[in-house]
Amino acid sequence: MPMEHVEGNDKGKVVLYALSTCGWCKKTKELLKELEVEFSYIYVDLLEGEERTNIIEQVKKFNKQLSFPTLVIDDKKTIVGFNEDGIKEALA
Amino acid sequence: MSPAEPDDAEVQKYYEELKREIESIGYHLNPDEEFTKSLLKNILLNKGRYGYESCPCRLASGIKEEDLDIICPCYYRDPDLEEYGACYCGLYVSGDILSGKKKLTYLPERRPGPDERVAKEGTYNIEYDNKLKGLSLPVWRCKVCGYLCAREGAPEICPICKAEKERFEMFI
Repeated sequence: MPMEHVEGNDKGKVVLYALSTCGWCKKTKELLKELEVEFSYIYVDLLEGEERTNIIEQVKKFNKQLSFPTLVIDDKKTIVGFNEDGIKEALA
Repeated sequence: MSPAEPDDAEVQKYYEELKREIESIGYHLNPDEEFTKSLLKNILLNKGRYGYESCPCRLASGIKEEDLDIICPCYYRDPDLEEYGACYCGLYVSGDILSGKKKLTYLPERRPGPDERVAKEGTYNIEYDNKLKGLSLPVWRCKVCGYLCAREGAPEICPICKAEKERFEMFI
């Protein structure tokens, strides 16, 4: 399953690792849309096999607790959870 | 891979039953009905997917033994209610949040990460074996609600919160 892409204003590489069933992930995705930011997202719970293992390893690099949502900006800055103020500030 | 989505009638039934059941033992569901029902729908969806009611806000492994701590209600609900006034998902809330005295916000994950969970398991039984000496019966603790009982083995189902036997630990 490739990353889903949402068009918007370019604020760098914004990647959201999420679960399809999680309320806070949904709120984070809605916030990014509201902020009109260009981003990619992936639902880790819907992945299988090697793809799942690879993405999990990728998420753990940014957030070793492997919790969701994990938002990664420019492969550097990580925001864990629905941290509304933190997200707004980072993508201002 | 993707079982049918639970329909509204199913979600409504689950909502009503759960609400009645947990209110009778002193817990509250989030009063934001739409939010709550969407979480419940996803718990039902997870039940169809994995065979157990895995937390919708955490990544299930698909192996029940590894996910005993995150079957809803999870082991982290009570400490999170105590500290933040809500469970990790915001499904269960405290009286203060229910009455609007406190606002519900995202809370940090209490469940240890996958690497930490593996490291922790080995140290478990030795400690409890030592404690056991001198008691006529072991004491079992429900890891969901904290119910304690002294008997040969843990009950089939927790009489308080209905958690299954495998979610009990030997406490003393």
